[in-house]
Amino acid sequence: MAEKLLEVKNLTKYFPVKGMKGPGVQAVENVNLYIEKGETLGLVGESGCGKTTLGRTILRLHEPTSGQIIYGGETIYQREYPFERQADGTLVKKSVPHAKAVDMFPLRRKMQIIFQDPAASLDPRMTVGDIIGEAIDIHHLAENRAQRTARIKELLGRVGLNTEHANRFPHEFSGGQQQRVGIARALAVQPEFIVCDEPISALDVSIQSQVVNMLEDMQQEMGLTYLFIAHDLSVVRHISSRIGVMYLGSLVELAESYELNRNPLHPYTKTLLSAVPVPDPEVSRTRQRIVLEGDIPSPMNPPKGCRFHTRCPYATDRCKQETPVFKEHEKGHWAACHLLD
Amino acid sequence: MSEKKSEHLLEVDDLHVSFFTPAGEVKAVGGITYTLDEDEVMGIVGESGSGKSVEAYSIMGLLQSPGKVIAGSITFEGEDVLAKDKKEMTAFRGNRAAMIFQNPMTSLNPVYTIGNQLIEALKAHDKEIPKEEAAKRAMEMLTMVGINNVEQRMKQYPHELSGGMRQRVMIAMGLICHPKLLIADEPTTALDVTIQAQILELMKSLQAQTHMGIIFITHNLGVVAEICDKVCVMYAGKMVEQGPVDDIFYSPAHPYTEGLLRSMPRVDAESHERLIPIEGTPVDMLNPPEGCPFAPRCEHCMKICLQKMPPYVDVGEEHRSACWLRVQEALEKKEGGENG
Repeated sequence: MAEKLLEVKNLTKYFPVKGMKGPGVQAVENVNLYIEKGETLGLVGESGCGKTTLGRTILRLHEPTSGQIIYGGETIYQREYPFERQADGTLVKKSVPHAKAVDMFPLRRKMQIIFQDPAASLDPRMTVGDIIGEAIDIHHLAENRAQRTARIKELLGRVGLNTEHANRFPHEFSGGQQQRVGIARALAVQPEFIVCDEPISALDVSIQSQVVNMLEDMQQEMGLTYLFIAHDLSVVRHISSRIGVMYLGSLVELAESYELNRNPLHPYTKTLLSAVPVPDPEVSRTRQRIVLEGDIPSPMNPPKGCRFHTRCPYATDRCKQETPVFKEHEKGHWAACHLLD
Repeated sequence: MSEKKSEHLLEVDDLHVSFFTPAGEVKAVGGITYTLDEDEVMGIVGESGSGKSVEAYSIMGLLQSPGKVIAGSITFEGEDVLAKDKKEMTAFRGNRAAMIFQNPMTSLNPVYTIGNQLIEALKAHDKEIPKEEAAKRAMEMLTMVGINNVEQRMKQYPHELSGGMRQRVMIAMGLICHPKLLIADEPTTALDVTIQAQILELMKSLQAQTHMGIIFITHNLGVVAEICDKVCVMYAGKMVEQGPVDDIFYSPAHPYTEGLLRSMPRVDAESHERLIPIEGTPVDMLNPPEGCPFAPRCEHCMKICLQKMPPYVDVGEEHRSACWLRVQEALEKKEGGENG
């Protein structure tokens, strides 16, 4: 088995809400996963399921509420769960020791992120060259001006832009090109691990595959490890070696990507797979589709027990009471569902 | 001739729409022709900026300045839509043709209740309708689109509903006057896949009940395969291919359609195949290329492609494509036929 580059244990992130008792928005709840060196772990789920928050919490762009993050064998964050569950299911704060955390600055060179909205994540008043150069400056990666310029040009070339683009501003580019700038910026510090947070959802269909191919090529060449977050299951399935499925803050299933498609265990995964439209009229006419009733509950007040029970067609009384444990059912195939016991 | 016209619900013939911007004329739609019958769903596929929404807006008379229909005709049940004046247009919209939009949050009024807005839609077309009757019809409509607790929902404001629920309200509002034509402009793009599945099922079942014609605008080919009977593929304001849904997916006759289909990963793929993207970037509509708009990105590009827009060639029953390759094939076939 390959080396684990990143491991996350019992990671939880709550956002406190002003004027509200209790933990607030329970965005990420008790997530356990690991990412091997050189692989792509995909993360899918509907909007509001906490996949972006999970990605950002792993990078400590949001400070976790509790849990442990291990990067390259080193614990970069650890804290006990600061709440106690009462008999009626409410969470009451308890005091726990301060978090053990390391300085992130040297790690920022290794762990990078590509954001969803390329237009919003680039400073409109900086030239593309300076946007990329800023990362080089902060980490002192260039000895002199000439080296810096050479590096910027090299990066622009790597993502398929021209060197003269360095003097232009973000608004002069199309969405696809802006995303390429975002990718060049992330690459500027020669990272090992990149969180790709919906890097292609803002792009046109014909441009999406260009960016997907480029990400795959870069992974091959530079041995990068990706956490690829997207709501489009077809794209995630294409690029990932393993896929995690999230629902309302929890990881409900995780498996090798073909295995997940062939043999989904969790009812939510089955629904999600059947809901993705396939560009093939014959298949969509014959295919059985599971249509879920209702909407996603609010993460401010998630259902007790299994968080999916309010929409699950197979929910039992046990699901309403007990939270299912996320465990390995088949080799490398994890799921959290009472029905599988 | 008049008999032929009444055959189709909607006929769009060589429609040209331009926007006159300070930077120059943008030919958003450059010559679109199609027909739509009752009980039929037509998909319009294209990237952002390909003119698919503009085309739909001109049918509804919703084009805003500086946009203008500069040529072509739109015929609805034998009537010329473009010749209608403002008052006639108001009667036409909602009553006979309705439109639902991509983002339900921005198309619903945040300061009125759902009930109020539905009743207003009814009153706009029938001032005499009594309040109780209007409320009853509004509630019937909400039930029909799969909303429960209708009495309570009528009193709620748009922000109190979820995205999927709001889109259902939009559909209810669109259908409340029983239009014969529904234009759905990316109605599921802002929604999650499981909610998208719900809305698509809903639209299918509503169509089975009402037999209306639907124009479904989307960029998602998966959704097209799911719901449409025929498809019109647009690129840079031009219609590049048009045909029955099976033909478009199984025997595409335009390099752009082929490219789109090839570049999409499939959720049910059995092995990892590298995606084949369409190289290049979308057309700058202010300076469109001469000739075929797709030529600069096309792998089969020939000399003539850069000079002249290809004519439409029939490649199958109701299946047309605008590509010089098809013109060439048609000519060869004809010559072969003459020689033989």
